[in-house]
Amino acid sequence: MNNTKIKFSVKNLNIYYGNFLALKDITLDIPERSITAIIGPSGCGKSTFLRALNRMNELLPNVKTEGEVLLDGKNIYSPDVDLVSLRRRVGMVFQRPNPFPKSIFENVAFGLRIQGIKNREQIEEIVELSLRRAALWDEVKNKLHKSALELSGGQQQRLCIARVLAVQPEVILMDEPASALDPIATLRIEDLMRELREEYTIVIVTHNMQQAARVSDFTAFFLTDENRAGMLIEYGNTSEIFTMPKDPRTEGYITGRYG
Amino acid sequence: MKFREKIYVLFTALTAVIVVGLLFFIIFNIVSNGIRVVTWEFISQPPREGMTKGGIFPALYGTLLRTLLMLIFVVPIGVFTAVYLNEYGAGRRFSRWIRLAINNLASIPSIVFGLFGLGFFVLFLRLGAGLLSAALTVGLLTLPLVVVSTEEALKAVPNSYREAGFALGATKWQVIRLIVLPQALPGILTGAILSVGRGMGEVAPLLFTGVAYYLPYLPASIFDQFMDLGYHIYIMTTQSFDVELTRPMQYGSTLVLLALTFSLNIIAILIRSRMRRRRLG
Repeated sequence: MNNTKIKFSVKNLNIYYGNFLALKDITLDIPERSITAIIGPSGCGKSTFLRALNRMNELLPNVKTEGEVLLDGKNIYSPDVDLVSLRRRVGMVFQRPNPFPKSIFENVAFGLRIQGIKNREQIEEIVELSLRRAALWDEVKNKLHKSALELSGGQQQRLCIARVLAVQPEVILMDEPASALDPIATLRIEDLMRELREEYTIVIVTHNMQQAARVSDFTAFFLTDENRAGMLIEYGNTSEIFTMPKDPRTEGYITGRYG
Repeated sequence: MKFREKIYVLFTALTAVIVVGLLFFIIFNIVSNGIRVVTWEFISQPPREGMTKGGIFPALYGTLLRTLLMLIFVVPIGVFTAVYLNEYGAGRRFSRWIRLAINNLASIPSIVFGLFGLGFFVLFLRLGAGLLSAALTVGLLTLPLVVVSTEEALKAVPNSYREAGFALGATKWQVIRLIVLPQALPGILTGAILSVGRGMGEVAPLLFTGVAYYLPYLPASIFDQFMDLGYHIYIMTTQSFDVELTRPMQYGSTLVLLALTFSLNIIAILIRSRMRRRRLG
């Protein structure tokens, strides 16, 4: 963890929903081109933390964010940051597959169209490339203009990943991307994540500890304090967190004592 | 089942039968008396001989034209208002005020709209009494319908679509234009059709804003006076020299008006049920 470049550096992050403190004083560094898993019981602020990394929390009313989130050294919460370009750099895959009710092709092309790209050949090229990278091309190449909603759940989720890849982000945030999928579809997503790690920084929130252990390089364990505020308990190499956790609460969680 | 329970069942079923029965009686009465009158000649000819002969073409023409004109104003204003309420101003005090205003607008008696139209569009804005003033006045009356049904349609668009759009770097307007509005289109269409159905049958808002008793020519511009189907029925039943002689014409006109509004409502219902099925499927 020491030799790699840091992609995200989170410093003293506090997030409030109204007056309720949901995340308390989170400080951690996320290395580039690696998979960082955020684990912890429900309601511990995992998703809130993830959504702080591309400022998606701001879509909800009454959310207040304090502290710094540095992306390549620049605070994404400083007033001069353009949300549109931030979200192009930091893409997101959601818990439930949410393809648009458009064709498969148009789903992947969406991110290009909103950037004003009109060149048909260029769009087709990027769509194909993105679908290939998301390991979906062979399954959909003959029905690109069919509705995306006709795909299975696992295919839909890979389509959502392709849609993110098409805008060429640097980071991909995944919010329990496999929790709505069956085991085989889940494994395919995990394989895909391992491949994508070569080029992207991936941060994944997961309920599933085996999944964190299988795919991630680093693991952060979140837990709530007595006021239900989420906090970071332990963060380190995944192998260490799962084999010799330093904090007894981490050990309690990964051995299934609570959560 | 206890005897008393049976009484209640019987009682509530009876009231339901009365409601349906009334509707059928009205429809049966109008159709059976009007069907012989409604011919191609009736639809395509102007009235003759003191409205006892001929047809209703100028009235039908005026009704359709003023309704179309109304749509051109009402749909954009209604849709953008709903977009503001649901997408931009959600939870703000300003949107609560707008919503309150819309609800109140919907409860104003239509004759009051007529008076307002006379004071505001005809006199103050100097649009004169004609198609445009009448269309705008009826438009005010149907605006709440479009706003409310568009808002319902926007609410039904899952938030996950919006989130996906934002996460891909779309601006708010791009999300609305490319994702939310296309999804809400059937609902918006339903609202537009319902507003047409409602606006078509209104007479009171037209009284001071441009409707004419009889015109020997068709309106040539949007500032011209016009004849109207609903108003035509009213004058034939109250103002003609012999009400009995115009009776068949009254039934025929009523049947045409009813057929128009009914078919629009049915189209709206079909769109809505298709939309609902798609959302479930």
